[in-house]
Amino acid sequence: VTGLGAVREGRLAFPAWGLLFLALWMLPRVLGMEENPEHNNHGNEGFQIVTFKWDHVQDPYIIALWILVASLAKIVFHLSHKVTSVVPESALLIVLGLILGGIVWAADHIASFTLTPTLFFFYLLPPIVLDAGYFMPNRLFFGNLGTILLYAVIGTVWNAATTGLSLYGVYLSGIMGELRIGLLDFLLFGSLIAAVDPVAVLAVFEEVHVNEVLFIIVFGESLLNDAVTVVLYNVFDSFVSLGADKVTGVDCVKGIVSFFVVSMGGTLIGVIFAFLLSLVTRFTKHVRIIEPGFVFIISYLSYLTSEMLSLSAILAITFCGMCCQKYVKANISEQSATTVRYTMKMLASGAETIIFMFLGISAVDPYIWTWNTAFILLTLVFISVYRVIGVVLQTWLLNKYRMVQLEIIDQVVMSYGGLRGAVAYALVVLLDENKVKEKNLFVSTTIIVVFFTVIFQGLTIKPLVQWLKVKKSEHREPKLNEKLHGRAFDHILSAIEDISGQIGHNYLRDKWSNFDRKVLSKLLMRRSAQKSRDRILNVFHELNLKDAISYVAEGERRGSLAFIRSPSTDNIVNVDFSTPRPSTVEASVSYLLRENVSTVCLDMQALEQRRRSIRDTEDTVTHHTLQQYLYKPRQEYKHLYSRHELTSNEDEKQDKEIFHRTMRKRLESFKSTKLGINQTKKTAKLYKRERGQKRRNSSIPNGKIPMESPTHDFAFKEKELEFSDPEETNEYEVEPMSGGIEFLASVTQDTATDSTTGETGSDVPLTGYSSPREKLPSWKPDQPYDGKPPETSPKTNSSQNNPLPVNPEELGGPGPKAPQEKRTLLNMHAHLRSAAARRVQSRRSFHRPKPLRYPKLQKLASLPQSCHILPHSLEQEETQL
Amino acid sequence: MGSSQSMSEEVRELVGKTGFSSDQIEQLHRRFKQLSGNQPTIRKENFNNIPDLELNPIRSKIIRAFFDNRNLRKAPSGLADEINFEDFLTIMSYFRPIETNVGEEQLEHCRKEKLRFLFHMYDSDSDGRITLEEYRNVVEELLSGNPHIEKESARSIADGAMMEAASVCVGQMQPDQVYEGITFDDFLKIWQGIDIETKMHVRFLNMETIALCH
Repeated sequence: VTGLGAVREGRLAFPAWGLLFLALWMLPRVLGMEENPEHNNHGNEGFQIVTFKWDHVQDPYIIALWILVASLAKIVFHLSHKVTSVVPESALLIVLGLILGGIVWAADHIASFTLTPTLFFFYLLPPIVLDAGYFMPNRLFFGNLGTILLYAVIGTVWNAATTGLSLYGVYLSGIMGELRIGLLDFLLFGSLIAAVDPVAVLAVFEEVHVNEVLFIIVFGESLLNDAVTVVLYNVFDSFVSLGADKVTGVDCVKGIVSFFVVSMGGTLIGVIFAFLLSLVTRFTKHVRIIEPGFVFIISYLSYLTSEMLSLSAILAITFCGMCCQKYVKANISEQSATTVRYTMKMLASGAETIIFMFLGISAVDPYIWTWNTAFILLTLVFISVYRVIGVVLQTWLLNKYRMVQLEIIDQVVMSYGGLRGAVAYALVVLLDENKVKEKNLFVSTTIIVVFFTVIFQGLTIKPLVQWLKVKKSEHREPKLNEKLHGRAFDHILSAIEDISGQIGHNYLRDKWSNFDRKVLSKLLMRRSAQKSRDRILNVFHELNLKDAISYVAEGERRGSLAFIRSPSTDNIVNVDFSTPRPSTVEASVSYLLRENVSTVCLDMQALEQRRRSIRDTEDTVTHHTLQQYLYKPRQEYKHLYSRHELTSNEDEKQDKEIFHRTMRKRLESFKSTKLGINQTKKTAKLYKRERGQKRRNSSIPNGKIPMESPTHDFAFKEKELEFSDPEETNEYEVEPMSGGIEFLASVTQDTATDSTTGETGSDVPLTGYSSPREKLPSWKPDQPYDGKPPETSPKTNSSQNNPLPVNPEELGGPGPKAPQEKRTLLNMHAHLRSAAARRVQSRRSFHRPKPLRYPKLQKLASLPQSCHILPHSLEQEETQL
Repeated sequence: MGSSQSMSEEVRELVGKTGFSSDQIEQLHRRFKQLSGNQPTIRKENFNNIPDLELNPIRSKIIRAFFDNRNLRKAPSGLADEINFEDFLTIMSYFRPIETNVGEEQLEHCRKEKLRFLFHMYDSDSDGRITLEEYRNVVEELLSGNPHIEKESARSIADGAMMEAASVCVGQMQPDQVYEGITFDDFLKIWQGIDIETKMHVRFLNMETIALCH
């Protein structure tokens, strides 16, 4: 049996594809027809320009098509939210499989595609289990390990034994009629039908969202019972082939021993490979691009290895994933981690989709169907009843020891969640028909059981959970306090256990984490990762990142990022932005960025972006904004193609720095608030430093700092003045506004007008019709004060020939509460100045050629004194270049 | 064990007070004597003999909690020099798992008690507030286990956590508003939605599992 077993019999004739494949079928036909004349024309020339070689690509082609169909089906299901919220996807897929299988059968009368054990065990199951292991909440899992193990081992044995024996009992009573099976066959059947299936459980429970303890118990059981299933299955399989009379006591003992070997061995293999994997990822620093591959390859090897040694492969890959996750996540770069995460999810969910669809398709094959009402119905009854009894008994036992009691409701869900799935099906198909005479009966029964549990129970479990009011899992944002207290708790509890002299959970965990810190982490983690691996730090980092992002989002909403730089962050709402926006739809920063920047940013920021924000679509843009706005100029475009490099490290560094800066600022402000320090002074100082720095930064790259205009000096003085100005609040009201518009303006200008020769603002009609000139009037808060409203237009007009698209009502726009002193006004300029500096920064990050703007400047500077104010601010904008 | 017969008046009283079973009390008493070196009281130094405690980064805070008058329900502040067995049990009883069949009110009470213990640990100067300084202190100690984390980042984490606490408890703050520290009410607010009763407990066994004091 090859791995492509599903398409082993892909020799189906074209018409067999049925309705769904009609189009696909037509395509080659058409191609073929086009080819034919050509073929004929060229006769026997030997060389054909185009050949049609279906046989050549058949197998992979069909596989790809099936995957495509399954994926498309998923899309279709999710088109209707109503359907998917009621019917679990797995059930829908099975139904789809039945329909497709029916179509194929109707056309072909051959069951061409079935879920073969090889395909299932080698290719479909591992990704699902690896995904489960790699994302297993380890703490929760080990916290409930005892419970899980009990259910997995005792529960499965119980189910297998009782189901098999009861069926045998009923068989003896004669209800089932004549069957060619003995006790061992029944037990074999019991053992394969007993195991709760991880794939089915995951598929159904993922949509139900029960609380995590309940989930981990059911899910953990389904994973760990694999060892039991494998052993029971193998034991009874060999017993059946031996013959009932030849089974000795020794064989039974061997069976029990083999259980321990299989389970422990599988676990051990998993741990060993996890160790290897962690060790390997420690040294992948220079081959970042293949880093994610190691995770998959080595885990898969663990699966194959234990399969080779006939150990429990599921256990191996589960434990491999569970053990390596911590170290791997710490070692690999963030991008790789994202890649691993997405790839794993993609593989797992793809495999799951295919499994369920093929389960449906496999069922359409009259040759495997053998109906025996009594047998099938009784099997259904027995597995349900014994599951309930088993759960109740074990829970009763467990509740004596468990801290968190398992309530009746939990027990109901656990009993009901005992879904059977593809594992059982694959096992039953594996049976040898020569040894197990009633294989077909077993197969049909298994299919019925699987369908019943997945479709019926899957359908009803959601209403049941709702009806019983099972505690649901709640998704909570990580909180720093929570993490800190949690950490403190761990220490306190282990200390109490130490003091009271007991070995408990906490004691063991404490010992383990000490060992981990001292030995394992040192061995398996990069040095840099050891530093930052602390969970608390991670949460802190994540929260900060989220903050920064939401800050930018907020800033965008308000039309400005300026407030990030302003120390008092949360109270600038009273600035009215309604009028300064000429065209509200297009003026948003993100819009402009999206429109114009996309060509500049070739990197893969979108992939890096993994924080779910409220505005998902804006997220990427936000990220760009953050980088471009706050950031040092990047180098030239990176349009080099490299197979081995993805992004430059610079990005990371910059990210970090942005981050630190923002945070420092926030903390600074917080501290001052907190400690009741005179905020004004402090923030002012901070501000000054910051700005000075910025100015330096922005003036350096060009090398020539234009100092020719006297107004510049003037601005300098004013700046000093401003900082001693006690009227901080006034300033804040003004600041974001000016900054915001400046920023907008700069974006437009930069992105749209790099070709226009360097004039101060004569932007020829722009995209979005939002030239900076348009906004200029609105940021002139001095208008009401100065009483010289028209100064803008004449002057700008004088400097350029383009007519200004200024609306009269904008001119009268609501300047922030007119400042009463000249000084405040001048503050404005200092602010504008800073905004300009900022803008320069942002502009430079667009890598636009910098136009020379000096001549204009001189002109402006020589304007009469009354017009001084505006030229001055303009100058600030331009000279920095 | 037959301890129920020989249960002395004293033990019975302790059972009523702390909720431990007599077996557990006996076991803890043995441990107590082990720690104290057969003295009637325990002093701080006795705790230093516990080898497993040495690695605990917040060791000093925990030991301190044992002697905290607030936890001992003796005085609103201050530290006791030494504690007797009853006090020891009182502290231990903070970590007793809550019985499953208690009412809602009782549950709330237990929850509060447990949280109060934690709160007292943070609030080292007994002024009813966890100030930034105190919080920083705790965080620094908590993270001291990791040699790679600098003090600076520990401080900023504490600051961040404090800010978060402020935003949870006060909501949007005015720029001139000063958040002085986490009061107990705020503390309860922070802990809302977290099942402390399932977390803060130690399984006290009836039997002795280890004899640790080497």
